[in-house]
Amino acid sequence: MALIALCGLADATFLTVMHLTGDDSLCGSSSGCSTVLSSVYASVGGVPTAAFGMVGYFAAFSAAVCSAFGYPKARAFLSCTVAAMFLATLGFLYLQAFVLKAFCPFCLLSAALTFLLAGILVGTLPAR
Amino acid sequence: MRRYLPFLIIIAVALVTGIAGAWLYRAKMRPLSTTPATVAAAATASSPAEQKADSDSLHVRGSASAAATLEIYGDFQCPSCAMTSAVIGDLEKDYGPRLRVIFREFPLAMHQHALEAAMAAEAAGLQGHFWEMHDMLYQYQEVWSKASKPGRFFSAYAQALGLNVERFEADAISDQAKARIMAEGDAGQARGVRNTPTIFLNGNEVRGAFTRDKLQAAIETAIAGKKKS
Repeated sequence: MALIALCGLADATFLTVMHLTGDDSLCGSSSGCSTVLSSVYASVGGVPTAAFGMVGYFAAFSAAVCSAFGYPKARAFLSCTVAAMFLATLGFLYLQAFVLKAFCPFCLLSAALTFLLAGILVGTLPAR
Repeated sequence: MRRYLPFLIIIAVALVTGIAGAWLYRAKMRPLSTTPATVAAAATASSPAEQKADSDSLHVRGSASAAATLEIYGDFQCPSCAMTSAVIGDLEKDYGPRLRVIFREFPLAMHQHALEAAMAAEAAGLQGHFWEMHDMLYQYQEVWSKASKPGRFFSAYAQALGLNVERFEADAISDQAKARIMAEGDAGQARGVRNTPTIFLNGNEVRGAFTRDKLQAAIETAIAGKKKS
Protein backbone atom coordinates (compact mmCIF):
# COMPACT_ATOMS: atom_id res chain seq x y z
CA MET A 1 0.00 0.00 0.00
CA ALA A 2 2.90 2.30 0.77
CA LEU A 3 4.21 1.79 -2.76
CA ILE A 4 0.83 2.64 -4.29
CA ALA A 5 0.59 5.76 -2.12
CA LEU A 6 4.11 6.66 -3.24
CA CYS A 7 3.04 6.42 -6.91
CA GLY A 8 0.04 8.60 -6.09
CA LEU A 9 2.30 11.12 -4.35
CA ALA A 10 4.52 11.31 -7.44
CA ASP A 11 1.49 11.78 -9.70
CA ALA A 12 -0.03 14.47 -7.47
CA THR A 13 3.34 16.27 -7.26
CA PHE A 14 3.58 16.26 -11.04
CA LEU A 15 0.03 17.61 -11.40
CA THR A 16 0.76 20.34 -8.84
CA VAL A 17 3.85 21.44 -10.74
CA MET A 18 1.90 21.40 -14.02
CA HIS A 19 -0.74 23.60 -12.44
CA LEU A 20 1.75 26.05 -10.92
CA THR A 21 3.78 26.45 -14.09
CA GLY A 22 0.75 26.42 -16.38
CA ASP A 23 2.67 23.97 -18.53
CA ASP A 24 0.45 21.14 -19.66
CA SER A 25 2.57 20.31 -22.68
CA LEU A 26 3.40 16.89 -21.22
CA CYS A 27 -0.22 15.95 -21.73
CA GLY A 28 0.57 15.69 -25.44
CA SER A 29 -2.25 16.35 -27.83
CA SER A 30 -4.89 15.72 -25.18
CA SER A 31 -6.78 18.92 -24.55
CA GLY A 32 -8.55 17.28 -21.61
CA CYS A 33 -5.52 17.99 -19.48
CA SER A 34 -5.66 21.68 -20.21
CA THR A 35 -9.42 21.78 -19.79
CA VAL A 36 -9.25 20.17 -16.36
CA LEU A 37 -6.14 21.97 -15.10
CA SER A 38 -7.38 25.38 -16.17
CA SER A 39 -10.88 24.90 -14.84
CA VAL A 40 -12.27 26.68 -11.79
CA TYR A 41 -12.15 23.36 -9.94
CA ALA A 42 -8.38 23.05 -10.35
CA SER A 43 -7.72 25.20 -7.30
CA VAL A 44 -9.39 25.89 -4.00
CA GLY A 45 -8.67 29.27 -2.45
CA GLY A 46 -5.66 29.68 -4.70
CA VAL A 47 -4.21 26.31 -3.69
CA PRO A 48 -3.99 23.75 -6.51
CA THR A 49 -6.38 20.85 -5.92
CA ALA A 50 -3.51 18.51 -6.77
CA ALA A 51 -1.63 19.86 -3.73
CA PHE A 52 -4.40 18.47 -1.54
CA GLY A 53 -3.83 15.18 -3.33
CA MET A 54 -0.15 15.38 -2.39
CA VAL A 55 -1.12 15.84 1.26
CA GLY A 56 -3.57 12.93 1.06
CA TYR A 57 -1.13 10.54 -0.58
CA PHE A 58 1.66 11.55 1.80
CA ALA A 59 -0.63 10.92 4.78
CA ALA A 60 -1.64 7.55 3.31
CA PHE A 61 1.99 6.66 2.69
CA SER A 62 3.01 7.61 6.23
CA ALA A 63 0.14 5.63 7.74
CA ALA A 64 0.87 2.59 5.55
CA VAL A 65 4.54 2.61 6.58
CA CYS A 66 3.69 2.98 10.28
CA SER A 67 1.06 0.26 9.97
CA ALA A 68 3.61 -2.07 8.37
CA PHE A 69 5.89 -1.47 11.33
CA GLY A 70 3.14 -2.44 13.74
CA TYR A 71 1.92 0.92 15.00
CA PRO A 72 -1.59 0.07 16.21
CA LYS A 73 -3.46 3.29 15.36
CA ALA A 74 -1.87 3.69 11.93
CA ARG A 75 -4.35 1.33 10.27
CA ALA A 76 -7.33 3.35 11.51
CA PHE A 77 -5.72 6.59 10.33
CA LEU A 78 -4.98 5.00 6.95
CA SER A 79 -8.61 3.90 6.62
CA CYS A 80 -9.90 7.41 7.37
CA THR A 81 -7.43 9.01 4.95
CA VAL A 82 -8.22 6.61 2.11
CA ALA A 83 -11.96 6.96 2.73
CA ALA A 84 -11.68 10.76 2.44
CA MET A 85 -9.56 10.43 -0.71
CA PHE A 86 -12.05 7.94 -2.16
CA LEU A 87 -14.94 10.36 -1.67
CA ALA A 88 -12.95 13.28 -3.08
CA THR A 89 -11.99 11.15 -6.09
CA LEU A 90 -15.64 10.34 -6.78
CA GLY A 91 -16.35 14.07 -6.73
CA PHE A 92 -13.49 14.83 -9.14
CA LEU A 93 -14.56 12.08 -11.52
CA TYR A 94 -18.09 13.49 -11.52
CA LEU A 95 -16.75 16.96 -12.34
CA GLN A 96 -14.60 15.64 -15.17
CA ALA A 97 -17.35 13.47 -16.65
CA PHE A 98 -20.41 15.66 -16.30
CA VAL A 99 -19.33 19.26 -15.71
CA LEU A 100 -16.07 19.71 -17.61
CA LYS A 101 -16.72 16.84 -20.02
CA ALA A 102 -12.99 16.31 -20.26
CA PHE A 103 -10.61 13.86 -18.67
CA CYS A 104 -7.06 14.46 -17.58
CA PRO A 105 -4.98 11.25 -17.85
CA PHE A 106 -2.88 12.05 -14.78
CA CYS A 107 -6.05 12.74 -12.75
CA LEU A 108 -7.45 9.40 -13.90
CA LEU A 109 -4.23 7.70 -12.81
CA SER A 110 -4.61 9.29 -9.38
CA ALA A 111 -8.23 8.09 -9.24
CA ALA A 112 -7.16 4.56 -10.16
CA LEU A 113 -4.50 4.56 -7.42
CA THR A 114 -7.01 5.77 -4.83
CA PHE A 115 -9.48 3.07 -5.87
CA LEU A 116 -6.69 0.51 -5.64
CA LEU A 117 -5.81 1.69 -2.13
CA ALA A 118 -9.46 1.53 -1.10
CA GLY A 119 -9.85 -1.92 -2.64
CA ILE A 120 -6.81 -3.30 -0.83
CA LEU A 121 -7.94 -1.73 2.41
CA VAL A 122 -11.40 -3.27 2.13
CA GLY A 123 -9.96 -6.60 0.98
CA THR A 124 -7.65 -6.83 3.98
CA LEU A 125 -10.18 -5.87 6.63
CA PRO A 126 -9.65 -8.06 9.69
CA ALA A 127 -12.36 -10.73 10.08
CA ARG A 128 -14.68 -10.15 13.03
CA MET B 1 16.50 1.73 15.64
CA ARG B 2 13.56 -0.27 14.22
CA ARG B 3 11.22 1.91 16.25
CA TYR B 4 12.36 5.04 14.44
CA LEU B 5 12.77 3.48 11.00
CA PRO B 6 9.24 4.31 9.72
CA PHE B 7 9.71 7.95 10.65
CA LEU B 8 13.07 8.04 8.91
CA ILE B 9 11.43 6.57 5.80
CA ILE B 10 8.63 9.15 5.98
CA ILE B 11 11.06 12.03 6.39
CA ALA B 12 13.20 10.72 3.51
CA VAL B 13 10.15 10.49 1.22
CA ALA B 14 9.05 14.01 2.22
CA LEU B 15 12.51 15.33 1.40
CA VAL B 16 12.73 13.49 -1.93
CA THR B 17 9.23 14.70 -2.90
CA GLY B 18 10.09 18.29 -2.00
CA ILE B 19 13.38 18.21 -3.89
CA ALA B 20 11.89 16.45 -6.93
CA GLY B 21 8.95 18.88 -7.02
CA ALA B 22 11.25 21.91 -6.74
CA TRP B 23 13.54 20.50 -9.44
CA LEU B 24 10.64 19.87 -11.79
CA TYR B 25 9.28 23.35 -11.13
CA ARG B 26 12.65 24.95 -11.86
CA ALA B 27 13.15 22.81 -14.95
CA LYS B 28 9.93 24.18 -16.37
CA MET B 29 10.99 27.76 -15.69
CA ARG B 30 12.81 28.38 -18.96
CA PRO B 31 15.65 30.93 -19.04
CA LEU B 32 14.87 34.29 -20.64
CA SER B 33 17.10 33.65 -23.60
CA THR B 34 15.26 35.47 -26.37
CA THR B 35 16.67 38.87 -27.12
CA PRO B 36 14.93 41.73 -28.91
CA ALA B 37 17.18 41.00 -31.89
CA THR B 38 15.75 37.54 -32.40
CA VAL B 39 12.32 38.94 -31.80
CA ALA B 40 12.91 41.47 -34.55
CA ALA B 41 14.01 38.72 -36.90
CA ALA B 42 10.84 36.78 -36.19
CA ALA B 43 8.72 39.86 -36.64
CA THR B 44 9.92 40.45 -40.17
CA ALA B 45 8.54 37.02 -41.06
CA SER B 46 4.97 38.04 -40.35
CA SER B 47 3.02 39.79 -43.04
CA PRO B 48 0.88 42.79 -42.07
CA ALA B 49 -0.99 42.46 -45.35
CA GLU B 50 -2.57 39.25 -44.10
CA GLN B 51 -4.20 41.03 -41.22
CA LYS B 52 -7.79 42.05 -41.34
CA ALA B 53 -9.12 43.57 -38.18
CA ASP B 54 -12.80 44.24 -37.95
CA SER B 55 -13.88 47.70 -36.86
CA ASP B 56 -16.46 46.14 -34.53
CA SER B 57 -13.68 45.33 -32.09
CA LEU B 58 -13.53 41.74 -33.29
CA HIS B 59 -10.20 40.24 -34.18
CA VAL B 60 -10.92 38.62 -37.51
CA ARG B 61 -8.61 37.09 -40.07
CA GLY B 62 -10.04 35.95 -43.38
CA SER B 63 -12.95 36.62 -45.67
CA ALA B 64 -16.44 37.33 -44.34
CA SER B 65 -17.77 35.06 -47.08
CA ALA B 66 -15.69 32.10 -45.90
CA ALA B 67 -17.57 28.82 -45.68
CA ALA B 68 -16.08 28.05 -42.27
CA THR B 69 -15.59 30.45 -39.38
CA LEU B 70 -13.48 29.35 -36.44
CA GLU B 71 -13.94 31.33 -33.25
CA ILE B 72 -11.27 30.77 -30.64
CA TYR B 73 -11.58 31.83 -27.04
CA GLY B 74 -7.95 32.02 -26.08
CA ASP B 75 -5.56 32.86 -23.27
CA PHE B 76 -2.09 33.93 -24.37
CA GLN B 77 -0.45 32.13 -21.44
CA CYS B 78 -2.24 28.83 -22.03
CA PRO B 79 0.16 26.24 -23.56
CA SER B 80 -2.63 24.36 -25.31
CA CYS B 81 -3.78 27.63 -26.89
CA ALA B 82 -0.29 28.14 -28.32
CA MET B 83 -0.30 24.63 -29.79
CA THR B 84 -3.81 25.08 -31.17
CA SER B 85 -2.89 28.47 -32.61
CA ALA B 86 -0.05 26.87 -34.59
CA VAL B 87 -2.43 24.19 -35.90
CA ILE B 88 -4.98 26.83 -36.93
CA GLY B 89 -2.27 28.87 -38.62
CA ASP B 90 -1.44 25.86 -40.79
CA LEU B 91 -5.11 25.27 -41.57
CA GLU B 92 -5.53 28.92 -42.60
CA LYS B 93 -2.77 28.45 -45.15
CA ASP B 94 -4.41 25.27 -46.46
CA TYR B 95 -7.95 26.60 -46.69
CA GLY B 96 -7.20 30.17 -47.74
CA PRO B 97 -10.39 32.20 -48.36
CA ARG B 98 -12.61 29.30 -47.29
CA LEU B 99 -11.63 29.73 -43.64
CA ARG B 100 -12.14 32.74 -41.40
CA VAL B 101 -10.67 32.94 -37.91
CA ILE B 102 -11.93 35.08 -35.05
CA PHE B 103 -9.96 35.43 -31.83
CA ARG B 104 -11.75 36.30 -28.62
CA GLU B 105 -9.99 37.21 -25.40
CA PHE B 106 -10.49 34.85 -22.50
CA PRO B 107 -7.57 35.32 -20.07
CA LEU B 108 -7.75 32.85 -17.21
CA ALA B 109 -7.17 33.94 -13.64
CA MET B 110 -4.84 30.98 -13.04
CA HIS B 111 -2.34 32.44 -15.50
CA GLN B 112 -0.45 35.25 -13.85
CA HIS B 113 0.36 37.27 -16.97
CA ALA B 114 -2.58 36.32 -19.18
CA LEU B 115 -4.43 39.59 -18.69
CA GLU B 116 -1.29 41.66 -19.25
CA ALA B 117 -0.60 39.73 -22.45
CA ALA B 118 -4.17 40.18 -23.62
CA MET B 119 -3.86 43.92 -23.00
CA ALA B 120 -0.63 44.00 -24.99
CA ALA B 121 -2.43 42.29 -27.89
CA GLU B 122 -5.28 44.79 -27.64
CA ALA B 123 -2.82 47.68 -27.55
CA ALA B 124 -1.16 46.34 -30.69
CA GLY B 125 -4.61 45.95 -32.20
CA LEU B 126 -5.28 49.64 -31.66
CA GLN B 127 -2.40 50.27 -34.04
CA GLY B 128 -3.68 47.66 -36.49
CA HIS B 129 -1.29 44.88 -35.54
CA PHE B 130 -3.32 42.61 -33.31
CA TRP B 131 -2.59 39.42 -35.24
CA GLU B 132 1.14 40.01 -35.42
CA MET B 133 1.23 40.50 -31.65
CA HIS B 134 -1.06 37.48 -31.24
CA ASP B 135 1.36 35.33 -33.20
CA MET B 136 4.40 36.65 -31.33
CA LEU B 137 2.81 36.16 -27.91
CA TYR B 138 2.14 32.53 -28.71
CA GLN B 139 5.49 32.02 -30.42
CA TYR B 140 7.41 33.36 -27.43
CA GLN B 141 4.97 32.23 -24.76
CA GLU B 142 7.55 30.12 -22.96
CA VAL B 143 9.80 33.14 -22.66
CA TRP B 144 7.57 35.96 -21.43
CA SER B 145 5.25 33.79 -19.37
CA LYS B 146 8.13 32.89 -17.06
CA ALA B 147 9.22 36.49 -16.55
CA SER B 148 8.26 38.32 -13.39
CA LYS B 149 7.60 41.48 -15.42
CA PRO B 150 6.69 40.46 -18.97
CA GLY B 151 5.87 44.03 -19.95
CA ARG B 152 9.41 44.64 -21.17
CA PHE B 153 9.05 41.71 -23.57
CA PHE B 154 5.77 43.05 -24.87
CA SER B 155 7.36 46.43 -25.46
CA ALA B 156 10.22 44.72 -27.31
CA TYR B 157 7.71 42.85 -29.48
CA ALA B 158 5.89 46.12 -30.16
CA GLN B 159 9.15 47.74 -31.17
CA ALA B 160 9.99 44.79 -33.40
CA LEU B 161 6.60 45.14 -35.07
CA GLY B 162 7.30 48.79 -35.77
CA LEU B 163 4.60 50.11 -33.47
CA ASN B 164 4.65 53.42 -31.68
CA VAL B 165 6.00 51.97 -28.43
CA GLU B 166 5.06 54.94 -26.27
CA ARG B 167 1.47 54.74 -27.41
CA PHE B 168 1.52 50.95 -27.16
CA GLU B 169 2.67 51.07 -23.53
CA ALA B 170 -0.01 53.59 -22.65
CA ASP B 171 -2.72 51.55 -24.41
CA ALA B 172 -1.51 48.33 -22.77
CA ILE B 173 -2.47 49.64 -19.35
CA SER B 174 -5.56 51.51 -20.44
CA ASP B 175 -8.98 50.93 -18.95
CA GLN B 176 -10.34 50.78 -22.47
CA ALA B 177 -8.30 47.68 -23.35
CA LYS B 178 -9.12 46.05 -20.04
CA ALA B 179 -12.82 46.77 -20.41
CA ARG B 180 -12.87 45.23 -23.89
CA ILE B 181 -11.13 42.10 -22.66
CA MET B 182 -13.44 41.76 -19.68
CA ALA B 183 -16.50 42.32 -21.85
CA GLU B 184 -15.37 39.62 -24.27
CA GLY B 185 -14.63 37.29 -21.34
CA ASP B 186 -18.07 37.92 -19.87
CA ALA B 187 -19.69 37.31 -23.24
CA GLY B 188 -17.72 34.06 -23.52
CA GLN B 189 -18.84 32.95 -20.09
CA ALA B 190 -22.43 33.73 -21.00
CA ARG B 191 -21.91 31.55 -24.04
CA GLY B 192 -20.74 28.67 -21.87
CA VAL B 193 -17.00 29.10 -22.27
CA ARG B 194 -15.18 27.93 -19.14
CA ASN B 195 -11.65 27.25 -20.27
CA THR B 196 -9.21 27.74 -23.07
CA PRO B 197 -8.93 27.05 -25.85
CA THR B 198 -12.63 26.81 -26.58
CA ILE B 199 -13.42 26.69 -30.27
CA PHE B 200 -16.63 27.31 -32.14
CA LEU B 201 -16.95 26.36 -35.77
CA ASN B 202 -19.77 28.17 -37.55
CA GLY B 203 -21.27 28.79 -34.13
CA ASN B 204 -21.08 25.20 -32.91
CA GLU B 205 -18.60 24.25 -30.21
CA VAL B 206 -15.89 21.82 -31.26
CA ARG B 207 -15.14 19.44 -28.41
CA GLY B 208 -12.22 17.22 -27.67
CA ALA B 209 -8.57 17.38 -28.67
CA PHE B 210 -7.70 20.15 -31.11
CA THR B 211 -5.38 18.15 -33.29
CA ARG B 212 -4.86 19.11 -36.91
CA ASP B 213 -6.72 16.02 -38.13
CA LYS B 214 -9.70 16.62 -35.90
CA LEU B 215 -10.02 20.32 -36.75
CA GLN B 216 -9.54 19.59 -40.42
CA ALA B 217 -12.30 16.99 -40.35
CA ALA B 218 -14.60 19.44 -38.55
CA ILE B 219 -13.84 22.18 -41.09
CA GLU B 220 -14.47 19.80 -44.01
CA THR B 221 -17.82 18.86 -42.50
CA ALA B 222 -18.71 22.54 -41.99
CA ILE B 223 -17.76 23.45 -45.55
CA ALA B 224 -19.71 20.50 -46.94
CA GLY B 225 -22.72 21.51 -44.84
CA LYS B 226 -22.50 25.08 -46.11
CA LYS B 227 -22.45 23.88 -49.74
CA LYS B 228 -25.58 21.79 -49.19
CA SER B 229 -27.57 24.61 -47.57
